[in-house]
Amino acid sequence: MDDMYRDYILDHYKNPRNFGELEGATHTYHDSNPLCGDEMTMQLRIGDGSVDDVHFTGKGCAISQASASILTEEIKGKTLDEVKAIDRDHVLANLGIPISPARIKCALLGLKALKGAAWGLTAWPGEEVKAK
Amino acid sequence: MAVTLKGPTVKSAPLDVARIRKDFPILAQTVRGKPLVYLDNAATSQKPRQVIDAMSQVFEEHNANIHRGVYEFSERTTALFEEARAKVARFINAPSEREIIFVRNATEALNLVAYAWGRDNIKRGDRIVTTVLEHHSDFVPWQQLATEVGAEIAVVDIDDDGRLRRDQLSSELRKGAKLLAITHTSNGLGTVNPVKEIAAEARAAGATVLVDVAQAVPHTPVDVQDLGADFVAFSGHKMLAPPGSGALWGRAEILEKMRPFLYGGDMISRVTVKLTEWNELPWKFEAGTSSYVDAIALGAAVDYLSDVGVAKIHAHELSLVAYLLPRLQEIPGVTVYGPKDLESRVGVVSFNIEGIHPHDVATIFDREGVCVRAGHHCNQPLMTRLGVPATTRASMYLYNTTDEMDALVGAIHTAKKVFGT
Repeated sequence: MDDMYRDYILDHYKNPRNFGELEGATHTYHDSNPLCGDEMTMQLRIGDGSVDDVHFTGKGCAISQASASILTEEIKGKTLDEVKAIDRDHVLANLGIPISPARIKCALLGLKALKGAAWGLTAWPGEEVKAK
Repeated sequence: MAVTLKGPTVKSAPLDVARIRKDFPILAQTVRGKPLVYLDNAATSQKPRQVIDAMSQVFEEHNANIHRGVYEFSERTTALFEEARAKVARFINAPSEREIIFVRNATEALNLVAYAWGRDNIKRGDRIVTTVLEHHSDFVPWQQLATEVGAEIAVVDIDDDGRLRRDQLSSELRKGAKLLAITHTSNGLGTVNPVKEIAAEARAAGATVLVDVAQAVPHTPVDVQDLGADFVAFSGHKMLAPPGSGALWGRAEILEKMRPFLYGGDMISRVTVKLTEWNELPWKFEAGTSSYVDAIALGAAVDYLSDVGVAKIHAHELSLVAYLLPRLQEIPGVTVYGPKDLESRVGVVSFNIEGIHPHDVATIFDREGVCVRAGHHCNQPLMTRLGVPATTRASMYLYNTTDEMDALVGAIHTAKKVFGT
């Protein structure tokens, strides 16, 4: 019935994959979207240059949570360089639903947090204090 | 449904809404085959033909820069601009037109006070009292001023129904306050504060009283003399006028003593290479070419609202709230924030649906043709107080109908169905 809130989007929202704190994380980045109050933390465990495991925690809309969940499924086993190379078009294509300009930040919050973690940051520069 | 909510008795159909709707061209549209249901009036209102025509008429028949030309077109436009000022003054019962300063919006009006009055009157150690109900535009300027000069800022809380904690406000005022910055009507919850009573108490405590009436003037009669405030600020775009129009009202004796806010053309009486003398009120505060077409259209909007009657508009909004609230509250998973009755409120209803983020709610509503605001409503301290990141807000105005309340309720059911909640 719905072109945006498709079954797999709602499934990822209600049953997010790789959700929760990651034991032994080597890379952690926290981000938020003040417009809607979405919160997102991405955690990576990197061994030998590639992603051994990834977890995220957060709260927010179906689009931001589903997008992050889908992303975590995809990157396990990828090298850090491969993760750094993922771009917005790729994430939007993977989501597979029409995203209006007003919701683009929701769709890309997971990617933003993932990139921050992959590049070894802990939070957006200047906001480190607020991050966990 | 009989109206059983506490508050004023609401007569049915206080307005001829069908006739009013014909004045608003945009409302005739459909969205993806469904009628447009515009319920984001606290963000901005739609505009009637009369206001749109007033703007076109200036451009087509009169346009020239105001207060400058000595030719007829400039004189005509200047006359329309000053006539609009007189209309706005009458609308809020200002004692004098000299006290109406045209600005772009309430935000500019509030910043004007924060800079031109605040920087000279709020000193290190002084106290500013404000509330958790403030829009960011009536909060951030005071927070920044306090930080800059080393003043203290006290933020009065609300109770669980979204009503201001009067006891706390009184005790903060008793501790001494140089300024009380308070909203008349909450844009997030629709609560109307007892500002007249509060202003009297604040002035007795020695505070200057500034009232943000941006959500009040469009929806309830506001009389600045009766209110007992020193400053009030509002935007035109929330009251049928175009964005770019708005006004600050202040007591002449205070405005006279204030330094200008912006420097430039029109706000001077004489300039030499060494010094400048300021123009008289209100032009001392209107530097540069003002948004005079928007101001003239604000005059037309005030005419429109006066013809309909603001008290009737308020009664109409309350009738919509009386219709909507019980229907919202019977939907499982729906939480309504703010007052649950008709006492001292306007047609703003904030709510959340369990398990669905407000942004998803608004996206699904959009496909049903229902426009609402989802987010923090420039009210982050209030959202924090409510313990939610965001809410969905439906805000009504004179052209909304009970059919549209039904469409809103229907859209909630659609959202719940999509999310399986």
